[in-house]
Formats: sequence, C-alpha cells, structure tokens
Amino acid sequence: MLTLECPYCGVKAEETELQAGGEAHLKRFGPGSSDDEFEGYLFLRKNPKGVHFERWRHAYGCGKWFLAARCTATLEVFGTYSAQTKEPPADLQAKIKAKRPDWEGYK
Amino acid sequence: MSKAVSALGGVSHKGFVEVSEAGLQGMITVRGDLSSAKMKKAVKAATGTAVPEARRIVIAGDKAAAWMSPDELLILVPYTEAVATVAALEEALAGEHHIVADVSDARAMFRIKGAKASQALLKLCPVDFETLAEGEIRRTRAAQVAAALWKSAEDEFSLVSFRSAAGYVFGALEVSARTGSEPFPA
Ligand SMILES: [Zn+2]
Repeated sequence: MLTLECPYCGVKAEETELQAGGEAHLKRFGPGSSDDEFEGYLFLRKNPKGVHFERWRHAYGCGKWFLAARCTATLEVFGTYSAQTKEPPADLQAKIKAKRPDWEGYK
Repeated sequence: MSKAVSALGGVSHKGFVEVSEAGLQGMITVRGDLSSAKMKKAVKAATGTAVPEARRIVIAGDKAAAWMSPDELLILVPYTEAVATVAALEEALAGEHHIVADVSDARAMFRIKGAKASQALLKLCPVDFETLAEGEIRRTRAAQVAAALWKSAEDEFSLVSFRSAAGYVFGALEVSARTGSEPFPA
C-alpha cells in the first residue's frame, strides 16, 4: 500500500484517498509547436523502473494537487512537495541521488 | 415556508456502539484567504472562535469552525441560524475574494457514540485513530464516499457526508457497528 503525505494538510493519506494524475513536470506544447513536440506532450510518457515523479490529488481530503517522488519498483517514497513549483526541490533531488547513485535526473 | 427535514429523519441503530443520523445541522462553506484580518473577524463573529489551524476544528458551544483545506472552512451553527450567519459572513467578507455557501441541506451529520466508537469507524475509514488528535478533523472516505469526522465528545465521533450519500453512510455505519463485530472485542 502506497502512503503519501499531503504537503498541504499533512495527512498521511493512503492510496485509496488519493487520485493518481500521471507524470509530473510535463512541459506543455500548444499552438505553434511542431507535430513531434505536440505528440510528445500529448502521448509520450516515461515509464521507468525506478525513480519517478508523479502528480497526485488528495481527493478524499483537502482536494489539492501535489507532487511526489517515488520508486516504481520498491514503492519507496522519497518525498512529496507542492505543485506550485517548476522542478523538484534541490534537497529532494540530492536525497534521491544519494540513495540511487545511478539516477539520471528528473528530466 | 417549507418544513425542513434532515436526510434520514434521525434514524438510529444500537450495536456495540450507537450510530445515529443527527438531524438538522447548519453547515456553511467558506472559501477565501484564511489568514486575512477580515476572515478572522468574520469567523469570530459567526462562531465565537478563531480561524482554525490546519486540520483542526474549534468548537464553542453549539457552533464550530473546521479547517477543510488551505482555503476552505466549514462553519457549524444551529440549523435555524444558518441563513442569518451566511448573510453576516457575506457582509463581513465584502470586498475580499471569497465564497460563502449554505450547505446545510446538501450534507448529512452522523454521531457514533460509545466507548468503542473508533472501532466502528476504523472498519470504514483508512485513518489511524490512535494518532487522531483531540480537536483534529479528518477528511477521508467512509467506505466509498467522502466524509469528514472528528471527536466531538468523550466516547463520541461526529461524521459529515454528502446528503445524497446519507443512506449509504448510515447503512455502512449500521453494519460496522453490529453487536459482536468489533475488531478488538476485549
Ligand atoms: Zn491534503
């Protein structure tokens, strides 16, 4: 069972209280972008075995969207953080790098 | 004026704890900047309490203010005072970005009474009742529907759900509270 702490209300919510929102930190490509960029934005997602950054919504709680970093293979949760950010917090990235030296970064 | 009735007319069931629908309850949703001076004054005037901290409910007599999200409160007042309280909140928050809505008839309120009240609830809600603090409101799910609950007195929990799901919630509570079905009987 996956348990994620909502960064807005601090509840340690288990998976059934949350709604999964797919990959985090996507860059939106809209009008004026190339076909390849638009296809990538719309359809192409990472599917790593390992460190992954995701969007989650505290659906049965405060209702807010937040972001989480976890390992898809072990379900280890590295951390959760506010959705009002362009990239994972530096300390979280450092923590993941220390635990998974092979990790190539969130991009 | 039409005669207001609560979702289930105060139905109750006695198992290893007593579960009941609590009847009419004034409930008001307030959204806005919870840290603003106007909000503090508005809440104080409506309930006599401060704006609650994150995940807290502050109770003063038959009124209360509960934290629902970083920009939302639930105000509890007697049912007959809800309309006037909405008007007062609207006036107090005028000029500031906000929403005030009377949701009394959109919700249902339940009470779970007895020494083992948390044992009836822990079958339905993914909540660690051992660590649920005094004065904490927990939004969660009750079986398959959204709910909010808090310890409202010694050996008593109150639970709020959407009115449209009231029959479902009461059914779930009734089954959960059946005599002999407590998870920790001793
Ligand atoms: Zn939350």
